[in-house]
Amino acid sequence: MCDTCGCNITHGNENLIRPGGKLEKTESGKEAVTVLHSLLHENDHTAQHNREHFDQHNVLAINLMSSPGAGKTSLLEATIQQLDDNIRIAVIEGDLETENDAERIRKHGVKAIQITTGSACHLDAHMIHQALHNINLAEFDVVFIENVGNLVCPASFDLGQHQNVVLLSVPEGDDKPAKYPVMFRTADLVMISKSDLLPVLDDFKVAKAKSYLRDIASVAPIIELSSKDKSGMPLWLDWIRQQVEKRKKHLEQSVD
Amino acid sequence: MHELSICQSLIKQITSVALECSAQRVTSITVAIGALSGVEAELLKNAYPIASAGTVAENAELIIEALPVRVKCNQCGSESDALPNKLVCKKCGDWRTTLLSGDELMLMSVELEKIQETKVIH
Repeated sequence: MCDTCGCNITHGNENLIRPGGKLEKTESGKEAVTVLHSLLHENDHTAQHNREHFDQHNVLAINLMSSPGAGKTSLLEATIQQLDDNIRIAVIEGDLETENDAERIRKHGVKAIQITTGSACHLDAHMIHQALHNINLAEFDVVFIENVGNLVCPASFDLGQHQNVVLLSVPEGDDKPAKYPVMFRTADLVMISKSDLLPVLDDFKVAKAKSYLRDIASVAPIIELSSKDKSGMPLWLDWIRQQVEKRKKHLEQSVD
Repeated sequence: MHELSICQSLIKQITSVALECSAQRVTSITVAIGALSGVEAELLKNAYPIASAGTVAENAELIIEALPVRVKCNQCGSESDALPNKLVCKKCGDWRTTLLSGDELMLMSVELEKIQETKVIH
């Protein structure tokens, strides 16, 4: 969706937006200028630029989002260990403070850029753009962006990623999709992480989590996964491979 | 609290509109926000005086229009109002719906006061 051709005007909101609608106000002596731009226009513009940058180098960008401590970094570590060697990975880490997560990734011999946001509760497209200056994309196939742990703010900011993966860890409870619908609606894949805890935390019902996701009309596939006992890893790795292939095909078609 | 950074981006856009139109002052701003946009109207209002201080939009009235959450059923085709965490079809109950409205986060319009032409007397 863009801000210039009017495609952000939908059947559902056009009566409110079009001239004569209740949002079109003019007062004598003053000039009313209709703008119809997303409030995140500047961010979205940079995000699109980032996406083009990824596409030029055939790189798949995956944005990982979750609350703090849901296991994003552990998932990345397990992924690095198990993913095929011919899929080359780089990681952009977002945290308010510390290089801890980037250091964890680097220990596995993988390129990691740490963004420390200070007090900002999310990554935005400009921060990713800056980070990309430090990555030679020609050397990679997949860039994982580990967003700041937060189920609210990161949902609003497009970074230029191709896929959003949202983690819901078992200790958080199965009703998170109902509590944070904006975040879970962005998900292209939902991961129920720390699934090894399901037998212990038996008030978490996977079926319930799925039902809450259906309530927000999410069509995202759901994978139960434990980075600890590695169950569910094959499904996740397959999903990554499929996305890499899809990306390649998509780009080949757009070149033709 | 990402509303402050969204508000700062809003001020940037308003400033460039005012500049294009050679306006002296922005008197009001209308934004449309849906419940699924991820932005809280109240927080945006609180952030506004901070983000607009010293700009052409300082003291402008911020009008926020809340847009309803509406879905269209992919199965039976009917349209209905919905809750942000219950986007199912009201008629047939199916969960496979498409959002018609409710995730907007848009700067709709700005009201400007233009510079009065003044004659220079030598």
